[in-house]
Amino acid sequence: MSHKGRSGIAGKRRAQAPVFAALGDETRLSLVAKLSVGRPCSISRLTGGSKLTRQAITKHLRVLERAGIVHAVRAGRERLFEFDPQPIEAIQTYLDLVSEQWDQALARLKSFVED
Amino acid sequence: MTDRIEKHIELAAPVSRVWRALTDYREFGEWFRVKLDGPFVPGQVSRGPITHPGYEHVIWEAVIQRMEPERLFSFTWHPYSVDAKTDYSKETPTLVEFKLEKTAGGTLVLLTESGFDKIPSERRLEAFRRNDGGWTEQMKNIESHVAQRP
Repeated sequence: MSHKGRSGIAGKRRAQAPVFAALGDETRLSLVAKLSVGRPCSISRLTGGSKLTRQAITKHLRVLERAGIVHAVRAGRERLFEFDPQPIEAIQTYLDLVSEQWDQALARLKSFVED
Repeated sequence: MTDRIEKHIELAAPVSRVWRALTDYREFGEWFRVKLDGPFVPGQVSRGPITHPGYEHVIWEAVIQRMEPERLFSFTWHPYSVDAKTDYSKETPTLVEFKLEKTAGGTLVLLTESGFDKIPSERRLEAFRRNDGGWTEQMKNIESHVAQRP
């Protein structure tokens, strides 16, 4: 896994970023689901087919942006939002690592008490 | 997305034996690989150097939470706090719970570690970076160590 090009500012912002919290919302999860499979989307596109207002969607996108999960990019006069898998991958990797440690510790506990 | 780790393992040993292995600080230290300074007391800090090969410079520290004999043992800690330069004390710790259940063959251990949503994501990333490559090697060391001392 490469993390090249993660600048100081992005890194610092991410240091505060509550990625779990950002994902702990149905609307935001559905936005992430939409963005993660396709190309960058405009707010209008993301609002289409949703019962929520443009303002509500914008607010949710801002939460995702702060967590580093989506980035806004300019395409002419339009602002598009694109998905960045890195924060979510980092969490998963971390949890996998802690999980692996527990597997090892529990295996040692097993041989310790069964001997 | 989950903020917890859940494990279960069945041990061919009576609950009382497993309870002792979990809550006697010397026995805990044996299998967990840490040299603790004294008995576990709820509400108090337990501390000592890790005895994992390669991690001897790391001080393990936890706050013992609950000790309900032969049923529940829990502590809070900062998982993966292996970098001496980072002050982990400002971070919200995760909660580790061991629940024991008697089974026909011995004891079922249910392990839960929860509260990962409170850990700064940058550190999660760094924990990975630091161990990228090195971790697999470390695991092999641990395995061979266990094989030597079953």
